[in-house]
Order: sequence, then C-alpha cells, then structure tokens
Amino acid sequence: MSTVAIARPLWRRLIGFNLLTATALGVGGFFLGWFIGDHIQGSSISYYSDSAGQNDLALLLGYGLGIAGFLIGLGFANYPLSRMLGRPASLVEKDDQSLQRYFGLCTDHKVIGMQYLVGIGVFFFIGGLNAMLIRTELLQPSPNVFPPDQYLTLVGMHGTMMMGMMTSGILGPFANYLVPLMIGSRRMAFPRIEALTFWLLMAAGVVLTTTIFFGGFQTGWTGYDPLSDQGQIGMDSYLLFFALVGISMMLLGLNLLATIITMRAPGLTWSRLPIFCWSVVATTLLMVLAAPVLIATLLMAAMDRTAQTAFFIQSAGGSSYLFENLFWVFGHPEVYVLALPGFGIVLELLPVFVRKPLWGYRVGIAGMLGVTLMSFFVWQHHIFFSGINADLRPFYMLSTEIISIPTGFIFLCAMGTIWRGRMRFSVPMLFCLAWVFNFLIGGVSGVFLSDVPSDVTTHGSFFSMAHFHYTIMGGLIFSFFAAIYYWVPKMTGLRFNERLAKIHFWMMFIFFNLTFMPLFVLGFLGMPRRAVTYAAHLQALNDWVSTCAFVLGISMLVFLTNTVWSLILRREAAEANPWRSKSLEWQLPTPVPVYNFERIPVVTEDPYGYGMPSIPVAAGAAPASGTA
Amino acid sequence: MAKKLIGVAVAIAVVGAVIALYVTDYLLAYPKTFAAAAATPQRTANLTLASVPAAGTITPHPTWVSYFAIDGHGRWHHTTIYTVPANALVHVTIYNFDGASGLRNPFIAQAQGVVGSKFQLNGKPTLAINPDDASHVFAIAQLGVSVPIPGVADNAKNPCSEAPCSLSQDHQTISFTFRTGKRGSYRWQCLVPCAAGFILGFGGPMAAIGYMDGFVRVV
Amino acid sequence: MDQHNHLRRVGLLWLLASAVATPLVIVLVGPIVPPGSGSVEASGQVTDNTVLLGMVTPVIVGIMVYFTYAMIVFRAAGDAVLEGPAVRGHRGAQFWWIVLTSATVLFLAAFGSWRLLQDGSGGGQGPSPIAVPAGKPLEVQVIAQQWQFTYRYPAYGGVETAHLELPDNQLVELHVTSLDVTHSFWAYQLGVKADANPGVDNVVYVTPTRLQSFDIRCSELCGLFHGYMFDTGEVVTPSAFDSWIAKQRVLFAPATRVLPPYATTYSPDPQRRAG
Repeated sequence: MSTVAIARPLWRRLIGFNLLTATALGVGGFFLGWFIGDHIQGSSISYYSDSAGQNDLALLLGYGLGIAGFLIGLGFANYPLSRMLGRPASLVEKDDQSLQRYFGLCTDHKVIGMQYLVGIGVFFFIGGLNAMLIRTELLQPSPNVFPPDQYLTLVGMHGTMMMGMMTSGILGPFANYLVPLMIGSRRMAFPRIEALTFWLLMAAGVVLTTTIFFGGFQTGWTGYDPLSDQGQIGMDSYLLFFALVGISMMLLGLNLLATIITMRAPGLTWSRLPIFCWSVVATTLLMVLAAPVLIATLLMAAMDRTAQTAFFIQSAGGSSYLFENLFWVFGHPEVYVLALPGFGIVLELLPVFVRKPLWGYRVGIAGMLGVTLMSFFVWQHHIFFSGINADLRPFYMLSTEIISIPTGFIFLCAMGTIWRGRMRFSVPMLFCLAWVFNFLIGGVSGVFLSDVPSDVTTHGSFFSMAHFHYTIMGGLIFSFFAAIYYWVPKMTGLRFNERLAKIHFWMMFIFFNLTFMPLFVLGFLGMPRRAVTYAAHLQALNDWVSTCAFVLGISMLVFLTNTVWSLILRREAAEANPWRSKSLEWQLPTPVPVYNFERIPVVTEDPYGYGMPSIPVAAGAAPASGTA
Repeated sequence: MAKKLIGVAVAIAVVGAVIALYVTDYLLAYPKTFAAAAATPQRTANLTLASVPAAGTITPHPTWVSYFAIDGHGRWHHTTIYTVPANALVHVTIYNFDGASGLRNPFIAQAQGVVGSKFQLNGKPTLAINPDDASHVFAIAQLGVSVPIPGVADNAKNPCSEAPCSLSQDHQTISFTFRTGKRGSYRWQCLVPCAAGFILGFGGPMAAIGYMDGFVRVV
Repeated sequence: MDQHNHLRRVGLLWLLASAVATPLVIVLVGPIVPPGSGSVEASGQVTDNTVLLGMVTPVIVGIMVYFTYAMIVFRAAGDAVLEGPAVRGHRGAQFWWIVLTSATVLFLAAFGSWRLLQDGSGGGQGPSPIAVPAGKPLEVQVIAQQWQFTYRYPAYGGVETAHLELPDNQLVELHVTSLDVTHSFWAYQLGVKADANPGVDNVVYVTPTRLQSFDIRCSELCGLFHGYMFDTGEVVTPSAFDSWIAKQRVLFAPATRVLPPYATTYSPDPQRRAG
C-alpha cells in the first residue's frame, strides 16, 4: 500500500532509525564505553594502569557500547522492546523496492543478501589490498618497505579479515537470498536475526580495521596465546572481531537451518532439496557447533588480558596448549565452513551447464555430511609437533586421511554429471571447472600435509599456505565468483559484460595458479610463514610470486570495472532465466517480488530434470526417475 | 550516465586517498635513522645511547621504557635505528637510568661478541653480571653481540624518572666495542623482560621498534 | 560414440598418461625432494614424499585426463541448447570409487604411521616419545626465547651456548622448550621440527649423516622479530665437536655458574617489576 508522497524537509527525513543515527550512536557509545573503562581500571589494578592508552578494558567497553549504540540506532531494539511492552507480534516488510532499504534494517531476505554481497565485497578488497602489500614486502629477502611490527599486522589483518568475512562469503549473500526461493518460501525463519547477522558482521569489520589506530596486532589470524597476551590494545580489536564474527556465524547458521527444516514448500521432501541447500545444511551444522568454542576461547583470552586470569599463561598455572586445542577445535570446522558452500555451488551449477541431471545426488549429500561429521575429529593435525601426546598422531593422521573420502565424493558427482553432457562454457561454468582444478591441487596437497613425516618439513611453511590458499581461494573464491556471475542477473536484473567477465576469469585463473603453485616449492625449500625475512637464494622465486600476485590483484580490478560498468553505468536488462535453469528461483520474474511467490508452489520433483530420457543409456545406469 | 560516471570517479578518488593514508601514515611509520659519530682513527665510530624507565611526553608512549640516541651535542633522539660503518670498530657507550628487572635466561648475564671479551661497567672491566641485576641488554644476534646492562639500585638517591635525563642523575655507564663486517641491516633487541604492565614483560615497548628494539645498519 | 567407447578411451588415456608421468615424477623429482639426506630422519621424509608423489600422480593425472576429455568431447556445439542423457547415477561406478579411494587413503594412513613410528621422522613427540631410535643419544636442549635460540648440553656440565653444533653420525635427543611464548625449532636440512612451548619438554630424535651447515628457523609466530629468529647450525666430526664444546665450556664458565641447574623445563618469573 503506498501513500501519496509528501515532500518532507531533508533534516526530518534523516531523523529516525537509520544508518546515520546508528553511526552517531555508535561513535557516542564508543567514547562512553572508553570513559567507563578508564574509570573502572584505576590505580587499584596496578598491573594494567599504564595511562598511555593501554587500557584493554576501556577499548573493549568502548567497542561494546559502540556496537550496542550502532545496533540500537539501526532499530534492532525496537521490536524486542515492543514485545516486552506487550505489543503483538508482527512482521512488516517495506513494500517499496527503494534503494533506501539497503542502507538500514530491512527484513527482506533478498535485501539482506545484496547487503551481504556488497559488504563482504568491500572487506574482501581490504583483505586483498593487505595481501598485495605483503607481497610487496616479500620482494626482498630482508625488510625493505614495512617495519617488522607493521608487517605482522598486515599479515594478521589479511588473514583475519579474509577468514572472518569469507566464512559468511557464500552463505551470507547467496544462501540468504536464494534459500527461501529455492525451497518455495516467502521468508526466512528469523528475518530480524538475519538482518542482525549482517550488521554485526559490518560492525565487526569496522572493529578490525580500527586496530591500526591502537597499534595493530602481531599474532596472525590464529591469535595464539600467550603471544596474544603480550600485545598492545590493538590485540583486543582482533579478539572482539572474531567473537562478533562467531556470533554472526552462529545466528546465520541457526536461521538457515531452521528455515530449511521448517519452511520447505509442500512436496519439497529432503530428497528433492537442491544440493546447494544441502551444502547449506552441512555448513550451518558446523557453524552452529564450532563458533561457540571460538567465542568462549576469545572470551578467555580477553579475560587473560584484562582480568588477570591465567587460562593460557603457563608460568601462572595455565597452558598454551589449551589455546591451541580450543582454537583448532573451532578452526578446523571453520575451514570446512569455507569449503562446503563451494561444493554446493559447483554441484548446483554443473547440471545447468551440461544439461544433465545431477549425478549421484545421494552420494554428494553423503559426502557433504561426511565432511561435516569428520571435521570435528581432525583438528590436531594443525599441531602435530606441538608436543602433543605422540600416541594421538596416528589417529589424527588416519582421521585426516579419511576425511578425504567424502571430499572425493564431490569430485565423483562432478565427474558423473559432466559425463556425456552438452557442455557450454559460460562464465559461471568456467569458474566451476577452475574450482575442480584448484580444489584438486588443494586437496592433494592436503594429503601431503596429513602425512606426519611429510608434515615435519611442510608444517608452518609456505607449503601449508599454498594448500589452504588453493582450497580456500582456489575453491571458495572461485565458486564465489561463479555464484556472482550466475545469480547476480537474477538478483539485480542486469547483465554482466561477457567479455570483461571472461578476461577476469582467465586472468584470475592463470595468475592464481602462477602465484600459488610456486609457494609449494618455497615451502619445501624451507621458507616459514609470517616471516619478514627469508633465505637469499629464494628471492627469484618470491619475486615471481609477487609479480603474479600483482596481476592477480589487477584481475580483481577487472571484475570491479565490470561491476561498475554493468551494474551502475550501463544497466542492460537481463532475461528472466538466461541459463535456462529448472531451479525454483529462476521460475520467478525479475526483479523478484517482495513476497517472492504469489502462491506457494507445490513441488513434484527435484530441480535436476534435465536430460532426455530417450537417449540410450548404458546398461547398469539407473533409470531417469530420480534414484541414485 | 554522466552523473553516474562522476559519482564513480569520486568514489575511486576517495578510496584511493584512504588507501594512501593507510599505507603512508600507519604502515610506513619508521623511526628516523641515527648515524654513529665518525671518530679517529679511520674506520671507527662512536655510538652513545641511553636507556630510561619512561620515554617521556615527547613520544607517543610516555610511560614506556625506551632507548635513546645521544648526539655529539648532548641532544637526545628517540630512535633505535643506527648507521655504522662497515669493517669498522664501533665504540658503544650506554647510560642506563632504569632499575633492574632481572634476566629470564641467566645465560645472557655474560657479555658475548665484544672486542676483548669484556665490557666496561662504570670503568671496571667486567665479564658477567648478576642476572638479577640486569636492567636491559643490548644484543645484535646476527653479529653475535650481547651485553647485559645492570640497573640503577632501588634505593638510589637521585634517579631519573623519564627522558631526557641528565648525567648528574643516578645511572650506570656501560661501554664496549664490537667489530662490523660487511654491509647489511642487523636487528638488535633488549633481552630483559622490562616492559612494565605487559604479561611476561615482553609486550609493548619490548616489541616496538623505537623503544627496546631496532636495527643497526652497517653501511 | 556410445558410453563404453568413451569410457575405454578415457581409461586408456589415463593409463598411458599415468604410466608416463608417474615414473617421470619419481625419477626426476624424487632425488630432489626436500629436505634432502642430511639426516636419517630427513632421508625418511624423502622416502615418504616420494611414495606420496608416486601415489598422487595417477590421481591428478586421472582427474585432469577425465575433465580435459569431457571438455573437448562433450562440448555443446552451436547455439541450440540440447539436452544430455538423463542419467542420475551408476551403482557400480559409485561402489568402485568408494572402495578405491578408501583403500588408497587407508594405505597412506597406515604407511605414514608405520614410517612415523620407526624413528619419529624428525618431528617433536612431546615429553613421552614413543618412537625412540636405538642407540645411546647425545642429549641437547634447545631453549627458545624471544627472539633467539640457545642450546644446553647437559652431558657437558650443562653449558649453554649461542650456536648449535652436533657431532656427525651420532643419535641426538633434542629437548625443545621455551621460556616465554610458543616458538618452533625447525632445522631444515636435518628434517627436524618441534614446537617450543613454555613449560613443556618436546623431545625429537635426529641422527645427522654428513658434515654440513644447516638452517635453523623459528616456524611459529612469536612476535616482532619472529622473522629474524634464524641461525645456522653445524654438523662436525666428533673430534671437532669435542674440542668445540670444551672451548665453549671455558668461554661460558661465568654464565654456567649463574645458570639454574639443567632441567627439561624452566619456569622463570614472569616479570618482577609491576606497574
């Protein structure tokens, strides 16, 4: 229902629960919290009374109240307060499709998906910029550009920003946008929580970037205690950032899981659920179970830094092992949170571009759920040589090798799907094929790392860096771009420029491999991670890597150019279903109506109804009616 | 379309400016380099340093322990990056105004890598000190140099509390000579956990260039 | 071209490519596989890496051949969007895939465990090592601190030195510990890596097999100068080692007098001065 718009003066339009108010309250809250923190920690606690701005409690309270102010300013407190005051439950979507919805609290899951896409994109570029600066420093074996402490902050910022932001990299934008559409629902189970997860993540990103005003942090993204206890107050930015990311992850996962379990359209049984939704289920299980461990660990670290507890200080009765184990109990599921959505996207897209049903649907699901289960049993492979009980190592070697079995199922499904298909090399398909290559290399290098004798040389070296960049960047980021090129035409109704997209793909694929393949060699040749110096004879290889990394960075600029050109400047309309997909979200008009479906559909088959059953199939193959 | 182009251009300019500020202001913040004074005979240099319990309000962290460099006119410079000549003898004099914290590893109580194996402690040739008396250390690991610096007594009558200090205040004078070889940039550090207020005494100033860590640039 | 011909072609191509690539990899890359033959443990790692390379090459080749074949042969020509066959699975293919992949990884886990339990492979085993090579070891302690390594020889009066020298062809039992934060002792050419945790005695065995210099690097981020925490160690003849250690004992006699007695872990006071 729309009313006649009466022009209100600008200043009146600015007042209300919006981003401006949120920013003002956020800044105000920060100073209030700092003030309170300064007055709590007075000279009575002499250990931390350094008046030269090293008051951890002040910074943490400042951030805390700042974020509270920010969220209140956006309007997140309104509904809980109104319910507490006895008002009835309600959910009102803004009917208009205005641009303003994207800059505040909006409960339309499609808006939140787009917010995530842009927000995560911004932080992805910040992380990428830090990576370019790291490679600039590594052009020479001894420090040439950045002082050692700033270099370590760069390294830490790059890793932390990427790991924190990209865990929601697929689920944030794409799951939020698409899952209700794919399951035939009008909304998510908890729309306000969904909006909260986004704005929490943005606030967290601001917290992390402001670490540079407080001296940065020198522990890398793993934040090992006791080193993190030594840090200046910039370390608290890291702790709070990751805690907020953990909360955001938990809520995001909970919301998606509840939505998929409870809000599927009639007829959409579990065996008809799109494989992308299955990957979301597998991922959310990890998010919900692993993130709390992280939050608890970071709380303990923060208490060590402020309240003089000694969870991780060995000389006062704690243990550095406790941190390592707790961190990696979260850390390993975390990396599968990064990998699983990529599996889902590739298996979702391949059928569309080879015009065949998804092959081995049940095997693929078994693979994803197998990965989810096993990822809780492998974490000690990150600390094989920390002095853990030597009896444990063969067990963890076994469990880590075993986890490659379900991972292999994904490849099996991909291979079966493309067999005798009619392959079209559209840009999303190119990224999916690149995913296969990159994840193959990444996965195989993981086999080396899981072998304890081999790991003696490669642990903590550039070999393990190359492994996780291949799986996370080569896997997740490539599937992220596949998803962007595939679904953005539906999300925005606009076409990408095909030529720029192909340039982006080829530059990115070629130079990604040229950058990260030599890192395996560097690791084998003895170059440790996070070190600002390296042996002089490794310079040629490092210079090659840095140069290729710069070109890889330029390929991202090509993508940005395409985005600006296609989505802001040229704005050429896209067809409603350019890829001729049979999936439910593509049967909707573009732009997708606010309430998605006029009538909730009744689902009678899975979205993989491609292929011609009359083509003779070989003996032994299952018939075309959905068994696998 | 033209308005959109302008909008995009402005956005790029703003982002570029923010990036430039980040890189230049935060990332490239190095202390200035201080040159050791050339001396006679040829290929020798003199480096005069001081270590103080608080760096004072002229620095961003007034309460942090810090080294300072003192030039020929007695002026104090807040930097820990020194240039010395290659293939030379460098005479180092350190005035320590700070109290003792004690060594974590008593091995460092013995001087290493100095010409003549001993250093001068208030004029007396000394090989090692009591580990509990150590206040700071001057160690250039890559050159094998490590000299412990004892602290001012706790009951000193006229201590200096923050830089700049004057030589009339209580201090210990340490001097030693080390030999430089080929060109390069070598890091040096203190090895005493002297960073008050930080766990294990190794955070803050102990992990900051310009306070308790720095570089010796052999040119 | 029907299903079976495609399968046969891909299978043949794969066999051919693997038959060429695997021996090439083993023969060409095997000899230069790090970390080299500087110690018994390093040579063991080279064997492991070679076996892994040999097993992994056919897998990579197989997937690459399959996808390349598919991208060429199953490419859709022209603009019309044609459909492929509506096949959703094949029990046989799934069964054999699961069996073969499981067998491969289980073999790798068993092989790796067997190799690990022989001599520890140069990795830190914690305070109670289970893979103890035979022979009387020379005990050397590696003390990691921010930001350098020092070394203690309990059999030689507990003398602490700033450099590591080891006698050739002698089993060495390294005890790695830290005085402050977590570090990691990585002697590259010897194929040794053991984390240094405060209050923990991390034992690792190594037998150097030739005279050499080896690079020591810290491989766990430990603060500002982590990137500078490197050193060069030496493996020398036993007689050269004896004379070196005797000289070190004389040189560092004053320091040895004030050192605490040798212990596998130390707990120095965190910091004596507050506020």
